[in-house]
Amino acid sequence: MTVIVTESLSKRFPRVTALDRLSVDIGPGVTGLVGANGAGKSTLIKILLGLSPATEGRAAVLGLDVATEGAAIRERVGYMPEHDCLPPDVSATEFVVHMARMSGLPPAAARERTADTLRHVGLYEERYRPIGGYSTGMKQRVKLAQALVHDPRLVFLDEPTNGLDPVGRDEMLGLIRRIHSDFGISVLVTSHLLGELERTCDHVVVIDGGKLLRSSSTTDFTQTTTTLAIEVTDSDAHPDGTRAVRDALHARGIDTNAEAGGLPGAGHILLLTATGEDTYDLVRDVVADLGLGLVRMEQRRHHISEVFSSSDEQRKEAAGHGG
Amino acid sequence: MAVEHPLAPAGDQTRIHDIGYRGYDGPRLGRAYARRSLYSQSLRGAYGLGRSVKSKVLPMLLLAVMCVPAAIMVAVAVTTKAHELPLAHAYTRWAIVMQAVISLYVASQAPQSVSRDLRFKTVPLYFSRPIETADYVLAKFAALASALFVLTGAPLIVMYLGSLLAKMGFAHQTGQFAQGLVSVALLSLLFAGVGLVIAAVTPRRGFGIAAVIAVLTISYGAVSTLQAIAHVQGSDGAVPWIGLFSPVTLIDGVQSALLGGDSSFPDGIVPSHGQGAVYVLLTLGLVAACYALLVRRYKKVGL
Repeated sequence: MTVIVTESLSKRFPRVTALDRLSVDIGPGVTGLVGANGAGKSTLIKILLGLSPATEGRAAVLGLDVATEGAAIRERVGYMPEHDCLPPDVSATEFVVHMARMSGLPPAAARERTADTLRHVGLYEERYRPIGGYSTGMKQRVKLAQALVHDPRLVFLDEPTNGLDPVGRDEMLGLIRRIHSDFGISVLVTSHLLGELERTCDHVVVIDGGKLLRSSSTTDFTQTTTTLAIEVTDSDAHPDGTRAVRDALHARGIDTNAEAGGLPGAGHILLLTATGEDTYDLVRDVVADLGLGLVRMEQRRHHISEVFSSSDEQRKEAAGHGG
Repeated sequence: MAVEHPLAPAGDQTRIHDIGYRGYDGPRLGRAYARRSLYSQSLRGAYGLGRSVKSKVLPMLLLAVMCVPAAIMVAVAVTTKAHELPLAHAYTRWAIVMQAVISLYVASQAPQSVSRDLRFKTVPLYFSRPIETADYVLAKFAALASALFVLTGAPLIVMYLGSLLAKMGFAHQTGQFAQGLVSVALLSLLFAGVGLVIAAVTPRRGFGIAAVIAVLTISYGAVSTLQAIAHVQGSDGAVPWIGLFSPVTLIDGVQSALLGGDSSFPDGIVPSHGQGAVYVLLTLGLVAACYALLVRRYKKVGL
């Protein structure tokens, strides 16, 4: 069962190509859509909501064609925009009830669902006060509530963590996780930060310049691209243990980098790319052979910039082969 | 609908509030229902109902300004046992006499109806739901036109009831009352259209108010002045044609030419039936054009 399918979906405006033959297949669960600003995330959401026709290609949401069944799609999905969208002079309750009715819920059900949904997103007594007085975190919760109030089968969340402090960010990510695990609603969440989506999503789709860069489950993501950080003790035989390990690894064909940044101890940490289980064993054996203590061997999460830089390299290579 | 709490463990009294997430299996009433809901919400909003106390003041005050003089006139007619209302053709003339009040109402309520959604960017939330651009525009248009019909129709009802109390001729009064209602219905559609088109251009409410007042009253002032000049210079034939260029005189022409009223044109010049037909066509054309412009505007601001 797939939730979203696109087949060579393109969207061209007179001067820019927002989406370029994008083909993805997204299943149920929490899916992250990652890309820099202007990568085509919002354009994709608009097309998936059936509000903007694609230039070519086709797409289906919940098995419904976006070109012909937009209204049916919009009845079954929720949408939380990136920008502010709340009138300040009404209370969260009044606003969400109105939005529930706009989704087709009868008046009594709209009120009941509003009370439930606001409680689930963590708004309690303050829901009777005008929205103008809310903090950014509370406003984000109201925006989320209006997207969930009609119990959709899928929600599109456009940059839901924007403007939140680290605590608010973690709470929002936890809430997004619960939308799937507790509420049973599939989620497509966009962000320009891969790191925060990795923790929340089952699946991550990375797009850049309207092109698909990568689509894989989060576990694949970390396995194929893991960066290992290792730190070792010094010994009498090897007064500079870090250097000894680096030379030994180099002799076996593994290049290492010193960790960048001026943090204390940064010079003692070696970074290397793990290609699989073998690399772990190799590091263990090298360190053991040298008679050093292994203080730390941990995975470093991949950052979006690394995904982009590797794609840039690929592109350069491709261009090189072409020319 | 599930009233049970399937996720709460049986007998767990301490966590009675945590009933878990409940889905919704009830009916989803779709576009037509959403459009009706938006219509009723906007209509109520046009009189400040469901909004703050402050926002009820102006619309209610203007409604009173429309109705109280009509009530006084009727009271005078009843006590003096007159056979006619003191103002000739009062049913059709009333809205023209009160045009400044109606313009003020349109200027205050058209922006509150559409500018807020634009300013606070609530519009995308509507269009990410089953309703479409045309539904939104139709609901907002119908709501403001209905609100204006209430504003302009209420004093007519006061006069009609009063005239029946004073035992004026029933058939005559009913006929005039019906003509008055047709006239204010046209006025409501036209003013709502003009007001919404102007208000939908700007997300700033203040600009919207100023622009609506300017368009409605300045055009009326300019057209009346030109008509007076034309009349003084002896070209009375031009007077009805000039009247086509402002919303107020447009309605005045329709009601005087075809609905048996007096006109407020200089010297009481009344357009001919042929000219009256042009007036009606132009009015209906303008209403349709306003609707088309609004739909176009909202296609752009969509999402």
